[in-house]
Amino acid sequence: MSTRVGVVTFPGSLDDGDAARAVRLAGAEPVRLWHDDATLHQVDAVVLPGGFSYGDYLRCGAIARFAPMMEIIILAARDGLPVLGICNGFQILCEAHLLPGALTRNQHLHFRNRDQLIRVESATTAWTNSYEVGQELLIPVKNGEGCYVADRSTLDTLEAEGRIVARYLSGNPNGSQRDIAAIRNEAGNVVGIMPHPEHAVDALTGPSTDGIGFFASLLAHLRSGGATRSKAGPRSGDPAGVADEKVPA
Amino acid sequence: MARVVVDVMLKPEILDPQGQAVANALPRLGVSGVTSVRIGKRVEIEFAPDSDPDGEQAARRAREIADRLLANPVIEDYTVRVEQ
Repeated sequence: MSTRVGVVTFPGSLDDGDAARAVRLAGAEPVRLWHDDATLHQVDAVVLPGGFSYGDYLRCGAIARFAPMMEIIILAARDGLPVLGICNGFQILCEAHLLPGALTRNQHLHFRNRDQLIRVESATTAWTNSYEVGQELLIPVKNGEGCYVADRSTLDTLEAEGRIVARYLSGNPNGSQRDIAAIRNEAGNVVGIMPHPEHAVDALTGPSTDGIGFFASLLAHLRSGGATRSKAGPRSGDPAGVADEKVPA
Repeated sequence: MARVVVDVMLKPEILDPQGQAVANALPRLGVSGVTSVRIGKRVEIEFAPDSDPDGEQAARRAREIADRLLANPVIEDYTVRVEQ
């Protein structure tokens, strides 16, 4: 049975299609998950894609965090389910308190869209184990609210515990404290990243193929017995694929 | 019916680039002497009529809503007041 990686679609998600494609290119089976559904359809991992869930109303990710799908992802993540939050997905993970800190308006107030160099600083997570510490990746960044903030003691803890997964190089695109581009939780199964690895998986459409490593890392992590299939229980008469049908084209 | 107003503001130590942009625009209006502008959100919540004459329950429920959803305690503070 192939590895099943869920990609959640919220109202306003934009990059779910690209995330599913990156999953497929890495050799896993993408499973489209719908925000209003409360079953994980026996996926082995979940990607929260970029976009503007719920129109970014109130705060980015604040409303998505209470979606039925998120409630079960939060529980599963605490049990070790690998979860990657990209851009808006990172904001949702912070709002859900699966990751510390918050993402705020870019310091210069401009939406920043460019190819961005980042340096990998933690290669022990479920999503970055195929990289080496110090490796530089070129992947697109595109956000208006990507400025990572946390209080000093949280930042010091992240540094001390090696939980900063990647930092911006050659210019910080949004004013993030300590040039933080990505962080992880203590266990390393949950990673939030502001730039978009799923847009750098194919030379035809991306600036590099550096991003595919995030998805390849997940497969290596699962092969090494890193996590168990989500305990979503039986599919409860809910035929596989129902979630896909509800996803707008 | 109780109307509760929740004011959400960025914590003082969190940079408010929106407020700064407004402050920087003020001299162009001929306004001088402004040292700081901070921008927040005002949320008005109306509760269905019930036996809550002084709005105590409404204020408590509004605080619960603010804690869980309206404010992010990492970056924001909030205040709650009842307007009958």
